[in-house]
Amino acid sequence: MSEHITRGDFLRRAAAGGSILTVPGLLAACGGGSKSAATTAAAARTLPKTIVWSNWPLYIDVNDKTKAHPSLAQFEKKLGVNVRYIEDINDNDSFFGKIEGPLSQGQSVGRDIIVLTDASGLPARMIELGWLEKLDKSAIPNMKNLQPVQLHPGWDPNRDYSLPWQSGMTGIGYDPAKVGGEINSVTELLTNPKLKGKVTLLTEFGDTMGLVMAANGDDPAKVTPAAFDRAEKMIKKAVDSGQVRQFTGNDYAPLLAKGDVWAAFAWSGDMVQLQADHPGLKWVLPKTGGMIWTDNMLIPKGGNAYAASVLMNWYYRPQIMAEVEDYVNYLSPVVGTDKVLEKKDPAVAHNPLIFPTKEMLANVHQIDAEAVNDPKYKQRFQRLIGA
Amino acid sequence: MAWLLLFFVVPMVYLAKMSLEQGLFPLFSFSWAWSNFSDAVSAYRPQFVRSIEYAGIATAVALAISYPLAYWIAFRGGRWKNLFLLLVIAPFFVTYLIRTLAWETILSDNGVVVSVLRDLHILGADGRLLATAAAVIAGITYNFLPFMVLPLYVSLEQVDPRLIEAASDLYANRVVSFARVTLPLSLPGVFAGVLLTFIPAAGDFINAQLLGTPRQYMIGNVIQSQFLSLRNYPTAAALSFILMGAILVLVMIFARSLGTDRLTGAGV
Repeated sequence: MSEHITRGDFLRRAAAGGSILTVPGLLAACGGGSKSAATTAAAARTLPKTIVWSNWPLYIDVNDKTKAHPSLAQFEKKLGVNVRYIEDINDNDSFFGKIEGPLSQGQSVGRDIIVLTDASGLPARMIELGWLEKLDKSAIPNMKNLQPVQLHPGWDPNRDYSLPWQSGMTGIGYDPAKVGGEINSVTELLTNPKLKGKVTLLTEFGDTMGLVMAANGDDPAKVTPAAFDRAEKMIKKAVDSGQVRQFTGNDYAPLLAKGDVWAAFAWSGDMVQLQADHPGLKWVLPKTGGMIWTDNMLIPKGGNAYAASVLMNWYYRPQIMAEVEDYVNYLSPVVGTDKVLEKKDPAVAHNPLIFPTKEMLANVHQIDAEAVNDPKYKQRFQRLIGA
Repeated sequence: MAWLLLFFVVPMVYLAKMSLEQGLFPLFSFSWAWSNFSDAVSAYRPQFVRSIEYAGIATAVALAISYPLAYWIAFRGGRWKNLFLLLVIAPFFVTYLIRTLAWETILSDNGVVVSVLRDLHILGADGRLLATAAAVIAGITYNFLPFMVLPLYVSLEQVDPRLIEAASDLYANRVVSFARVTLPLSLPGVFAGVLLTFIPAAGDFINAQLLGTPRQYMIGNVIQSQFLSLRNYPTAAALSFILMGAILVLVMIFARSLGTDRLTGAGV
């Protein structure tokens, strides 16, 4: 397992400013021309010369020496297609901001596959706006390998538009030595005076509001105004009293490592990496439940649905997903990945942060996509986290 | 003229139009929505005030640090002037973001600075520097220091040493000749340095986000979240104009108080 940084919030914020200025030009140069030809080929079921895939950084296997992606290279060789793999997604909102311009005008964005998080509400939004192509399911027989729990998300009940790439869990990451014991309660994080000023929460609506709502006994998958109010009040109290030090993206990781922060809302994949260097750190799902989110592969309008589906199908073979999983260390949506890794890399196969137990999977919630897209809730959450 | 039109006027007009629109992303409609402005001011007044405050303090501290530094390089630098200037600018070879992140490590709760301050009882036993207003202001000051040093250096460098000699011939001691000769001559540099520091500092968001808590967030953070997370472009545009207007007013007041003839160096 090599080191990897997952979605860097601080990097996104700075990059977003500059990149928003340059992207229209880049997107036009990158493939606007060839993609408009592909739109008319909606009925054609032949593979194009190139498939363009946008993904988050460090979210696919990498050969550290050659910087190539073995799983992609195998695909390219087998099917004789070239895959242009672009790691230009650092933040759901900023990437969406880049593509909404052309998509709202009915133009293609030069991508066959993009990967967005369900908890950001954006896949749901894109389906509503009609900005996604349907999957060519006849080209994805391996869809049968999809984890049963992922078959019917609320926002895409038949998986017509999306297929999971990786999932992750949000729980509590903490340093037992500093905290003086174990923690598994969100309420404790927000109210224990011993932890004052040593706690960080996440800037993601789904994660922070979800975990607190669950701690209050409310269901994050069905957000009601009363539930939102309760969670908002609890967080506001913790912020005003100085209990919560900051709201972070995944920049909580160096803070935890340094000891500036003792307990944080943390993502499972980050902790796997942190624990490699700091074995004392722990990660648990709160007893009231953690959050699970999924990064989904989507086909924006103008992308080649057949080609994208064929590529998705490739990754739904357990051996191929195992290659990715060995590197990425998030949750695989493909059944059988852990069996493959048993032989290759048993440490990964037995890591509950990468292959959670049934009990863990029963103790996680998904966030209500409608609530995430509700502008009033979003506004109130942004006020809460300080902006 | 064409450049001005293309790169300044056109974006401004577009932003102005955006600030008067209403609606939900991505369907905005132009409706002379002046309420965007009044709503923005009332909702985010604390952040506006805080931004002006933090930028003001940072500028004042930067001036206090930079003036002696620039003076020393200009008058005592000798052969090493260029080297010293290079040292002042050297941090700029590293990107803004990384420089600010470095402060996260420098001011870390378990780091040297905080430990020393705790031992000296300047900070309480539990005290911290990160995630406080002090850290944010320190970050802003550090990041904009070269913008203050360089204009000051340029105008101090241009002070003719014979004028100072003449002052001492007329029985002025060192303090008086500084106050009556050097300082007024350096005012154009002070003006430029203050502007170059205050204006970007007021709109900064990185320092508050990395070194502060939500209670230190500045108007830059608000504008950023309105644009990127909430996709509420009309409010974000309105906030941007309000910030521009506020800074413009403050700058005009500052220019008036210094006196325009002094700034053009006409009053020697």
